[in-house]
Amino acid sequence: MEILMIILVGVIVSVSTYLLLTKSLLRVVLGIMLLSHAAHLLFITLAGLKEGAPPLLGEEAASYADPLPQALVLTAIVIGFGVTAFLLVLSYQTYKAHKTDDLDKLRGSADE
Amino acid sequence: MAIFVPFLYKGFRHIHTGWFVLVLPLVLFIYLLQFLPIGGPMETLEYTIPWVPSLGINFTIYLDGLSLLFALLITGIGTLVVLYSIYYIANKKDEPLNNFYVYLLMFMGAMLGVVLSDNLIVIYVFWELTSLASSLLIAYWFHKEKSRYGAQKSMLITVTGGFAMLAGFCLLYIMADSFSIREIIAQADVIIQSPLFVPAMLLVLLGAFTKSAQFPFHIWLPDAMEAPTPVSAYLHSATMVKAGIYLVARLTPVFGGAQEWFWLLTGFGLMTLIWGSVSAIRQTDLKAILAFSTISQLGLIMSLLGLGSAAVHYDYADVEMLYATATLAAVFHLINHATFKGSLFMIVGIVDHETGTRDIRRLGGLMTIMPITFTISLIGVASMAGLPPFNGFLSKEMFFTGVLNATTLDIFNVQTFGFLFPVIAWVASVFTFVYCMIMFFRTFTGKYQPEKLEKKAHEAPIGLLISPIVLASLVVIFGLFPNLLAYTIIEPTMQSILPNILDEGERFYVNIYHWHGLNTELFMTAGVVMFGMLVFLNLKRWQEATFFLKERDPLNAIYDNGLDGLIAGSKRVTNVQLTGLLRDYFAYSMVFIILLLGWTIFKYDAFAIDLTNVAPISPYLWIITLVMIATTISIPFINHRVTAIIAVGVIGFLLALLFVVFRAPDLALTQLLVETVMVVLFLLCFYHLPELRKESFKPTFKMTNLVISIGMGAIVTIIALSAHAMRHAEGFDRISRFFEENSASLAGGYNMVNVVLVDFRAIDTLLEVLVLGIAALGIVSLVKLKVKGGQDV
Repeated sequence: MEILMIILVGVIVSVSTYLLLTKSLLRVVLGIMLLSHAAHLLFITLAGLKEGAPPLLGEEAASYADPLPQALVLTAIVIGFGVTAFLLVLSYQTYKAHKTDDLDKLRGSADE
Repeated sequence: MAIFVPFLYKGFRHIHTGWFVLVLPLVLFIYLLQFLPIGGPMETLEYTIPWVPSLGINFTIYLDGLSLLFALLITGIGTLVVLYSIYYIANKKDEPLNNFYVYLLMFMGAMLGVVLSDNLIVIYVFWELTSLASSLLIAYWFHKEKSRYGAQKSMLITVTGGFAMLAGFCLLYIMADSFSIREIIAQADVIIQSPLFVPAMLLVLLGAFTKSAQFPFHIWLPDAMEAPTPVSAYLHSATMVKAGIYLVARLTPVFGGAQEWFWLLTGFGLMTLIWGSVSAIRQTDLKAILAFSTISQLGLIMSLLGLGSAAVHYDYADVEMLYATATLAAVFHLINHATFKGSLFMIVGIVDHETGTRDIRRLGGLMTIMPITFTISLIGVASMAGLPPFNGFLSKEMFFTGVLNATTLDIFNVQTFGFLFPVIAWVASVFTFVYCMIMFFRTFTGKYQPEKLEKKAHEAPIGLLISPIVLASLVVIFGLFPNLLAYTIIEPTMQSILPNILDEGERFYVNIYHWHGLNTELFMTAGVVMFGMLVFLNLKRWQEATFFLKERDPLNAIYDNGLDGLIAGSKRVTNVQLTGLLRDYFAYSMVFIILLLGWTIFKYDAFAIDLTNVAPISPYLWIITLVMIATTISIPFINHRVTAIIAVGVIGFLLALLFVVFRAPDLALTQLLVETVMVVLFLLCFYHLPELRKESFKPTFKMTNLVISIGMGAIVTIIALSAHAMRHAEGFDRISRFFEENSASLAGGYNMVNVVLVDFRAIDTLLEVLVLGIAALGIVSLVKLKVKGGQDV
């Protein structure tokens, strides 16, 4: 199961890298979202995906899934959400200001 | 003292600021005079102020013969130059005098620091200070283009050399484990064995050569002539350019015995000597002639120091003394050069001051108009040309003795090329003689041409003449009674330069008496005079040769083109590399990451794959995974923006599903919520896109991007696989056992994830809330504040 997940992570990383390298600002943000998905999945995967009960002590199971990476990923999801939301609003304001989505047109400053 | 100058300038407008300044070098000079050993051996003075004791860097003043000689030159000529400049820059209203004297005093202090310090780092600090002060002085009239050019050039060249010298000093420190020159000299035997010996020597010599305007670093000196004439007289003839000479002399006990030292010093010195003297003939500006003459004389001194270093190699007293003559000549000529060159610069300044030009094509016939100036310059020029009875004659004779002695050397392969030394020296002397004659006859004899001059020429005021008169009388005194110098200063100086070749308690016994007796040197001088006359009389024909038509040194072209090329090259590099496109920078960093990680894995053979430790895959997981992969790969091909957003949303929801499979209910919950909000936000964003380009979402395909992204994915996969395989290799157990055992008992909670979040690792959660808060505030301010667009696009 881990090998499969790792390959999945690799694919998502490839695609998000590709998106980061494109011209559209929106796609860059999409790439960042995908990249954070990949990171979260990788985190859970590398902690081990052995079968076990959910980390709830009430379950009275013999073994539990590891709670620590879950807590870390939970933190990461929330932070990623905050950052992405900010980026989205930022790009939204960029559209409003410059009327373009194209990063090539957004380059440079007047005194170059 | 330099700090107080502006106050004096502002406070006493009616008195020339120079008078206040004059006191300092005079007092120092008199103070230093008392160290002169009259009749007895030289006393050395030592005084230490700790500066950075932990690094062994102390501000140590050490005064021996060599330092004393230089310190006397600096303060003595400094006094005269200040006196001269009081009259030279007489117009108090127009000139920013405070700047001038601040820089001049700064330079003087720095120069004294160079010659008096015992610590290499302290020498370096003062060394750079002299470069700085010199540049400031060259650009004194900073509104002139040429001044700025000259200042920049001298700064670049000397500072480059200074850095090389610092590197050389550091190598010396590594070898000798001390920054103190005396301790380094004490360990000269160890140092010469070290593999760092030659690099250290080359670097130190680079510093010395750039400062002392040796070939091919001499090109800054003629351009430094844009400085006010007192500055030229002081810095560029008597003191700063001798800093390199000082350094070489100071470190001769360390490097002296080596073959490379001998050849480098002698070779570059002689090259500089002949190049400078030949170049001087082409010049039409008096100061330029003097600049090249300075270069050539510095080359002479440098080559003499090189020849003198051969003495370190021998053990027999008689032979040693034979080669030590060259060192003697170097020291003697050093003094002589400072005197006559200083006076000549001052003379040129006077001529410039009184006629308004320095161009020899416009001057002439000043002999009867400016008799005192004429007399002084006669003395200076004759001494420079090496005519009896002036001191230049004696040092030139000794120079010939030095080079003739060198041909008898039987070390360093001198037999092969040794005969060149006297030949080069003799030819250079002929040229020296010629440019001396040009300077003298073109300025003072011939026809007086008042119509070409801006001012009506007349004799200079007495104040301007005092300093050159003092210097010229020194020229005569040293010429007639050279032994005055011998006992007092030359002997202790030689003792400093060549300390090893003396036995215990022995002293150098210098007696400059070679001025009678028919020897080879005298015939050489006679030949110099004869051939010099011949060349001078046929000068018209010579000057038509192309080489002499060019006024500027051909090496300047190398410097200028090099500088321009450097600027153009860096511009090109910057333009290629900094495109201003975000994508390109992404690509750079990703390529770098891929290469670095890939190289590391390859280098340490770190790739591993472990198939034994994996959990089994259930069929529905296959389906989820395949759907996710398919969706992910499809995203770049989706042309429609809404579809792309939905596809990303699908991946997010599938990820939530995976979390469910992986027994992570809290994660799944959060992921679902976040993904929902995110898709809503995305759609919101999409809604506000510019009208024109609403549906035109054509992704452009680029091969490089594809390669980079596949490489990135591959590298992440490889590392993850390896990490997974290594996971159990070291035998670390996971720390989550602690959470499992203690969640209920310590924290009273049964949801372990939540207990970790709010109890065991609550600081993370606190800061995460802070992140959300900041993001929210940021979004609010972004929305509220009206962004003015269109200015930077």
